[in-house]
Amino acid sequence: MTIPSPSPQPGFWAATAMIAAIILASTAGEVMTAAAMKSIGDLDEIRARSGLKGAIRAVFTCPLFFAGVSFLALAFFSLLFALNHMNLSLVAPASASLTLVTNAIAGKLFLKENVDRRRWAAAVLVCIGVYLLAH
Amino acid sequence: MAHARLTPRQYLILGLISLCAPLGDTCLSRGMTGLPNITLAHPITLIAAVFTPWIALGIALLIGFFASYLTALSWADLTFVLPATAFGNVIVALFARFFLHETISLERWAGIVLITVGVGFVAHGPSLTVRPAIQPETMAETADTEMEQSR
Repeated sequence: MTIPSPSPQPGFWAATAMIAAIILASTAGEVMTAAAMKSIGDLDEIRARSGLKGAIRAVFTCPLFFAGVSFLALAFFSLLFALNHMNLSLVAPASASLTLVTNAIAGKLFLKENVDRRRWAAAVLVCIGVYLLAH
Repeated sequence: MAHARLTPRQYLILGLISLCAPLGDTCLSRGMTGLPNITLAHPITLIAAVFTPWIALGIALLIGFFASYLTALSWADLTFVLPATAFGNVIVALFARFFLHETISLERWAGIVLITVGVGFVAHGPSLTVRPAIQPETMAETADTEMEQSR
């Protein structure tokens, strides 16, 4: 078997589009999963009331949960696709750190979470920190 | 906004998320690098890989991560859970430094400090947005106050 030669690195816009696809799919997935879990209610309480089976049933009968998981799967495959074209040292930190900021924006817009100054600061600090750590 | 205090059990769940995700990824990476090259011509080897100890352990840890993550999202905000659990990256870096004796560059130390400060910020704040609609008593009290003020 011959080892395929490495493909040339994509241009700026192609790289941006690939990373944007991961971030968009991941943010949509996280927001939908979070909304699904809020609609189900406190899982610890459900488990105390109707056991582990009841908690699993509550999660698996929520359509929004499956929509969220589908988007998370799409984000995973987008990541694999990007890794096929770009270096891990760029894709992993860029997508992991930017997702924190887009989730803060999406959390405020769609989940109506109270993203105060403390949370904005945390999102930005952790975003830069993850980038530096993973780079 | 009321300060929703977390119970020790809820802190344990956040800790599990922080630890299980990076440890699971590490186990998968360790397991996959130990295997011979897998090609599309022999996809069955990929299924066999699932039953090797490191990959099985990695999958078990990632299932544990997802279950803890879903539980945390049922009682805390997404914008609280994500930054709070990013501390797992720091734990893995410190584990690599002190147990695997890997060197950590100045850039990575800076990353560790920023994540730690960020997690400290979010952990001191409320974990859940309290919605007035869920508390009719509070709404009634607010309405009474408004009526009194308008008199």
